[in-house]
Amino acid sequence: MPTIPAAIEPFIWPFVYGAVILLVFPLLAGYIVLLERKVMADIQVRLGPMRVGPHGLLQPLADALKLLIKEDIIPTLSDKWIFWISPIISVVTALVAVFLIPMSDKLPVPDTNIGLLLVLSLTSVGILGIILGGWSSNSNYPLLGALRSTAQLVSYEIALSFALIGGLMLAGTLSLQGIVMAQKEQAIWFVFFQPVAFVIYFIAALAETNRAPFDMPEAESEIVAGYHTEFSGFRFALYFLAEYANIVIVCSIMTILFLGGWLRPFPNVAALEFLNFAPALVLLGLGGACLIGLDRKPSKPQKLGMIGLGGAFILAGLACLLPPVMEAVHGLFWFMLKVFMGVYTFIWIRFTLPRYRYDQLMNIGWRWLIPLAIANVIVTGIVMQREQIFAALGF
Amino acid sequence: MQSVLPSLFFYALATMILVSAVVTITRRNAVHSVIWLISTLLGIAGLFLHQHAEFLAAVQVIVYIGGITVLFLFVIMLVNLDEAAKKKQFAGQWKIVVICAGALLAELGFFIFKGAEGFYFAEPAGGSLQPNTQLIALALYRDYLLPFELASLLLLVAMIGAVVLAKKDLK
Repeated sequence: MPTIPAAIEPFIWPFVYGAVILLVFPLLAGYIVLLERKVMADIQVRLGPMRVGPHGLLQPLADALKLLIKEDIIPTLSDKWIFWISPIISVVTALVAVFLIPMSDKLPVPDTNIGLLLVLSLTSVGILGIILGGWSSNSNYPLLGALRSTAQLVSYEIALSFALIGGLMLAGTLSLQGIVMAQKEQAIWFVFFQPVAFVIYFIAALAETNRAPFDMPEAESEIVAGYHTEFSGFRFALYFLAEYANIVIVCSIMTILFLGGWLRPFPNVAALEFLNFAPALVLLGLGGACLIGLDRKPSKPQKLGMIGLGGAFILAGLACLLPPVMEAVHGLFWFMLKVFMGVYTFIWIRFTLPRYRYDQLMNIGWRWLIPLAIANVIVTGIVMQREQIFAALGF
Repeated sequence: MQSVLPSLFFYALATMILVSAVVTITRRNAVHSVIWLISTLLGIAGLFLHQHAEFLAAVQVIVYIGGITVLFLFVIMLVNLDEAAKKKQFAGQWKIVVICAGALLAELGFFIFKGAEGFYFAEPAGGSLQPNTQLIALALYRDYLLPFELASLLLLVAMIGAVVLAKKDLK
C-alpha cells in the first residue's frame, strides 16, 4: 500500500464520508417521501403506494427514474441562468449541511468551533434558492410563493435562533460535538432544562422547512405549488431533495441540542447498558416482520424480495451483536431513531392540522414565539447566574 | 507549499470580491446585482475564515446573506423591473466620482512609491484565537459595553423612524 502524504491524510476520511453522504442521502430522502406517503395513507385509511415492489418499497426508485427522464422545461420568459442555478443553490447548501451533522462520535465529521452557526448559515443561504427560483420563473404563483416564503422564513428565523440560544447557554459551546458532550457531562438531555425552547424550536422549524401547518409558500389549494410551480423533472427533484434534506437537518439539530445527539436514553445510568443491544433487536425484529405472512404475497418476485430483505435485516442484526460492531453502531442507531421520530412527527402534524391563514402565521411568529423565546433566554440567564444575583441582592 | 497556499487563498478571494463588486454595480437587472452582491459577501466571509475569525465568517453569512440580501430581494421583487431598466443607470455625479477616484489613486500611488515596506498583506493569524465566540462576547458585552449599547440604540431609533415614515399615510 502506498504511503499517504501527511498533508492530505486528514482529509481522506471526511472526503470518503462526504461522498457517501452525497450518494446515500438522495436515496434516504426518497424513502422519507415514501414514509410520508405511507403515513398519509394510513391516516386517511388507505394503503398508499403498493404496486412497485413489495408494499411499494421500490416506489422511490421508480419516482426518481421518472423525474430524471422527464423533459426538461425552462419557461421561455424566465430568467434562464437564475432559473438554472437556484435549485442548485438549495440542494448544495442542504447537502453540505447534512455532511456537517455529527450522527455519531465514530464518524469523521469535521468538528468546528462554530458548528451550529455554520449549519444555520448554510440553511440561510439555501433560502435564496427558493426566493430566486420563485422570482426567475416569471410567473405569478411562483412569485407569490417566493414572497410568502421570504416573509415567513425571515420572521421565524428570529424565534428559531432565540430558542437555540436557550439550549446553547447550557452547553456553553457552538460545536455540535461539544453540545452532545456537554449533555453527557451534565447527565441530562437539555430538553428537560429547556422545554419551552424545545417547543418554540419545533414550531419555528416547521415554519422554516415550509411544512404544514405553515406551508403557505407551496399551498397547493391557493397558489398551485408555490415557488417550484414552473420546475419540472430533474430541477423539481433537486428542490424536493433540498426540502427533505432541510427536514432532516432541523430534526438533527433538535436531536443534538435538546435530545442528547447520539447518546442513549439516560446515558449515565450504568444499569441501562443493555440498551446497547437495541439496534440488533430492532434489526432482527424488522427481519422477522418481513418474513411473517410470506405466503400472502401476491407474486413470486415479491415473495423472493421479502425473503431477501428479511434475510438482509437478520444478517445485519446478527452483525450488530458482535461487540466491535455494536460499539460502532449504537450511537448512530440512537441518533437515527431520534431524527426519525422528529421526521415522523413532522409528517403526522402535516396530516393532522389545517393550514394557518397568513395573518395568523405572522401573529404566532411575532406576537407569541419571539417574545416567549426572548423571555426564555432571560429566565435561563437568571437561573444560571442565581448565586451571583442572590449574593448581589444580599441574601 | 505551506507558504504559498494562504496567499493563494487571499488572491482568489480578493479577485472574487472585486470582480463581483464591479459586476454588481454594472448589471441593469437589480436581481442580478443582488446575486453578485451575495458573491461579494461570500468572498468577505471567506476572508474572515482566512483570518481564523470563524464566528465573524458565520455571522457575516447569516446576517448579510440570510438577512439583508433576502430583504433586498423581497423589495426588488415587488418593483417593476422593466420600468427600472429603462431609467438611466448611472446618476451622473461625475464631480464626486472624479474626486473620490483621484483620492484613491493618490493613496495607491503613495503606497507603490513607498514600496514593499509601506503596506503588508493581512497574514493569517498563527492560530485561531480561542475560544473565538467567547472572546467576541467578552469584548462586546464587557470591554466595549457602552459603545455597543449606543450603537444598538441608534439602530432602534432608525427602526422606529422607518416605521413612523411608513405609517404616515395611514393617518
